[in-house]
Amino acid sequence: MISPAAPSRTIEAPSFSTSRFRAEREADWIAFDLLLGKLEKKGAKALTSDELLQLPLLYRATLSSLSIARATSLDKALLDHLEALSIRGYFLVYGVRESRWSRIRRFFLYDWPAAVRSVWKETIVIALIILLGALTSYSLVANNPEWYFNFVDEDMSGGRDPRATAEFLQSTIGHGKAAADESESALHIFATYLFTHNSRVSILSFALGFAFGVPTMMLEYYQGIGLGAMIAVFSAKGLGFDFGGWLFIHGTTELFAAALSGAAGLRIGAAVVFPGARGRLQAAADAGRTAGKVMVGVIVMLFVAGLLEGFGRQLITDTMLRYAIGSLMLLFWLAYYYIPRREDVA
Amino acid sequence: MTAAATHAKHREADAKKVRQFITPEGVDLELKIASSGLRLGALMTDVILILVTLILFTLLMIWIGFGSQSDMTVVIWMLGAFLLRTFWFIGFELGSRAATPGKRLMGIRVVARDGGRLTADAVVARNLIRELELFLPLMMMGVAAAEDMASAWTIIAGLVWSLTLSLFLLFNRDRMRMGDLIAGTWVVMAQRVKLDADIGVDAAADAMSFTEAELSVYGIFELQELERVLRGRDPRAMREVADAIRAKIGRPVAEEDDAFLLSYYRQLKARLERKLLFGKRREDKYASD
Repeated sequence: MISPAAPSRTIEAPSFSTSRFRAEREADWIAFDLLLGKLEKKGAKALTSDELLQLPLLYRATLSSLSIARATSLDKALLDHLEALSIRGYFLVYGVRESRWSRIRRFFLYDWPAAVRSVWKETIVIALIILLGALTSYSLVANNPEWYFNFVDEDMSGGRDPRATAEFLQSTIGHGKAAADESESALHIFATYLFTHNSRVSILSFALGFAFGVPTMMLEYYQGIGLGAMIAVFSAKGLGFDFGGWLFIHGTTELFAAALSGAAGLRIGAAVVFPGARGRLQAAADAGRTAGKVMVGVIVMLFVAGLLEGFGRQLITDTMLRYAIGSLMLLFWLAYYYIPRREDVA
Repeated sequence: MTAAATHAKHREADAKKVRQFITPEGVDLELKIASSGLRLGALMTDVILILVTLILFTLLMIWIGFGSQSDMTVVIWMLGAFLLRTFWFIGFELGSRAATPGKRLMGIRVVARDGGRLTADAVVARNLIRELELFLPLMMMGVAAAEDMASAWTIIAGLVWSLTLSLFLLFNRDRMRMGDLIAGTWVVMAQRVKLDADIGVDAAADAMSFTEAELSVYGIFELQELERVLRGRDPRAMREVADAIRAKIGRPVAEEDDAFLLSYYRQLKARLERKLLFGKRREDKYASD
């Protein structure tokens, strides 16, 4: 049934007019707009299968309308609307490809280890830099304890310096009388503080990477220096083995995470300096995405390290057990990252 | 010809912000880069929202803490504050609209520069760099406040260095932050535009008709300005424009302003669109007809 008003207008109108074009297609745009609104608010699950089938059809109809309108119409309101609708539609139609859950699953099973694997060269470089920092300060402090005060801030060390007695040093790593006095209730606060603080330092060492990686390497070298100086102080008093255990239980996870965050930063720096065959911007963007994946992993690792440091280290005082847990964690991370997986080739 | 030159300049400036972005269907979406002012506005909105959320969260935790007498609330507070600060931007930009509340308010969103899907790793990368851009200058200022004036120059140098990072967006055409550069993203306009009524219908049904000579004085730019005035419905603006047009084409004041403008608009639009179909696009009144 055709309403009586419609035919008279179509006869009067010229064979092509932008008003007629709009009158014919407007219903599609409105339907598309409504569908997009629904998709944005409630997600793809809220759409019926009919609506899902309609989505690409309406999207293409809108894009084609945009092309025609650009070539024929001078109605600014119409052009702006179609442009905005097409942009919105494009990003919704092409943006969502998998559910949040499957994204997370894929990240932990494949993307994260693959990203870490792909920065293995940078990881080795950063690990060597940390080691170099540790060796430098160790040899300096071992020969002349005065050097210690150049490396470690007095507020930070909390009395753990070459002048301290062996008993005091022992108490700081969880043996002897003083350790027992420490209230256990503050442990979780301490662990949380360590986690948030370390995360921030790691994010910084990653973010500084784009300055050709130099600040990142300096930051990691500095971390090594503090470590080496501490080891020198403790081993001078014959506590090297115990201190190792105190450090090892969370240190394998934490230093690994620190090295990875440095490696992520270095990857970006290296891509900016040596973009290879790609454009510099493209190289930086590629490196940034890999590094971004690594960084999410680093934050997860630091969370684990914070738990180990806050709870594990304070509750477990047996040095051998500390070493065992630390090694186990290291093996776990190595296996998780570097054992090749079948599916991640795809 | 100075007016013509400024028009041309305006159009050029607008064109500089437009980036080609071709969909798989072969249509150029012509994305417009968001201006630095909008970016700043969005950032300010987000920072304020984060602070308000943090204050409410803190009050809630204090309230629960007094109730339960447990220091677990401190842990929850620390973790909550960390998550809020680090994942506010990431969480919202991973959503289907790829925009934080501040960005939504400003009508902008994040897109991948290569036209592909905006991936989670890109969002993470661009937002972790923000930590540096936002907090490094603040840290430098903190150092400046703590140190004595002997090292003032070093601190100023540090501040300038960190500010060049933070203000990196002002120094490139695409208004990319450091984080955008690293993540391969852009921030573009994504406003919603309501479809306004068609005011150009029934060009033939008008009582007034204008001659070819009367219609040939204006181009597309003037047509669209006229459209803006007509849709604005401000009587004073309409009066001014109507008087300007009447003076230009030499018509006496005989009709109501809106009726005059509407029929002039319709006939001018019909004429220019007809020419457009034949491949002649007259940008403004300075261009040859």
